[in-house]
Amino acid sequence: MNAGPEISQAFIVCISAVFTQNILLTYFLGLCPFLGVSREVKTATGLGFAVIFVLTSTCMLNWLVYHYVLVPLNLEFFRFILFIIIIAAFVQLVEMVLDRYSPFLYQQLGVFLPLITVNCAILGASLFMVIRDYSFIVAVGYGFGSGLGWFLAIIAMAGIRQKLVNDRIPQGLQGPGITLIIAGLMALAFMGFSGVLQAR
Amino acid sequence: MAFGVCSNEWGGPDTVNKKPDARKIIIDGLWRNNPVFKQVLGICSTLAVTNLVLNTVVMCVALIFTLSLSAATVSLLRKFTPRNIRMMIETLIIGFYVIIVDLVLKAYWPEMSTNLGPYVGLIITNCIVMGRCEAYGNTNPPGPAFLDGFFNALGYSFILLIIATIRELLGMGTVLGYPMPYFSGPYWDKWIIMVAPPGAFFMLGVVTWIFRSIEIRREHNTK
Repeated sequence: MNAGPEISQAFIVCISAVFTQNILLTYFLGLCPFLGVSREVKTATGLGFAVIFVLTSTCMLNWLVYHYVLVPLNLEFFRFILFIIIIAAFVQLVEMVLDRYSPFLYQQLGVFLPLITVNCAILGASLFMVIRDYSFIVAVGYGFGSGLGWFLAIIAMAGIRQKLVNDRIPQGLQGPGITLIIAGLMALAFMGFSGVLQAR
Repeated sequence: MAFGVCSNEWGGPDTVNKKPDARKIIIDGLWRNNPVFKQVLGICSTLAVTNLVLNTVVMCVALIFTLSLSAATVSLLRKFTPRNIRMMIETLIIGFYVIIVDLVLKAYWPEMSTNLGPYVGLIITNCIVMGRCEAYGNTNPPGPAFLDGFFNALGYSFILLIIATIRELLGMGTVLGYPMPYFSGPYWDKWIIMVAPPGAFFMLGVVTWIFRSIEIRREHNTK
């Protein structure tokens, strides 16, 4: 099989997942941690890196499981449960490995790992990958791109929120309200990229 | 636990109470402890379908079904579930109901199933479902747990329906697909942005603002 076009398609899918079809700003996935953990750039960075890593790896794992286990057995409907189990198990495993071999990374990312299991962006990316029928390489590109897109969005939001600390915001708008409106403005800005690529 | 950040960032109240009282559960779920503007939970997976009222209605029905039944089931099994793996068990229970919803939709309404795409499956990671199971179902008998789940889902649905109605009306001039008198006419310039993703963020932000302000004023007055 010729891998050339596959790789270029994976690249296009990856770029479009970062900019034109950002998983957070166009599909609203991973909003809870986005609203909750975007107060400081430092924590947002940690969580962002953890998401990139877990998203890419679980996309790969889930693709393999879906195409080599579920499809041959005709058990496609079972994917919701299996995917979430794989994600949870993978996150546990990474946490244990990090704890054992890299205390530094564990301190940086460890706190965020349990949070990631419930991040809908992770499960969402795996489900999108199945619905859109990506091949393996493309799925990996998609997973990485989605993670990167999420990372960019949360860092930008954390930067903006740090600037907002001293601003006087109406009481009812503080917290989630203002964050959502800023997210709307960011989504508007990201819509500007939509002419760049016409990839699905 | 994993939900610490998700649920308590803005002070999600503790709902373990001694005597389950139906009226209190209903008011809490619908208003005082509303999932969307009070607990700020689970808005992720459903915001995407609020551009059309019909999609939202289906999604809300699916959510009400899943949330109330899984809360009841978690509560039924609470005596037999080991503490340390209860999150996993809860996920499996929720997944079970979500699969039912997914299969029913696929069988009887395939177009809707394609419209909603992955968002039906994403009910599993919707924090409000897990959040209610954790906070209430886990410590209360099945009856009240069912009620709590049902009314939380209802409180969630009514906010989403408000958002969906406004978005569809301003963005496309229709409600449930039927053209509305003024908004579908030539005098109304359709706000396409309202059906695009940013519109959802703006609407949710504004709705949160309005409802929180009402709540703040009410608390202020009762003092």
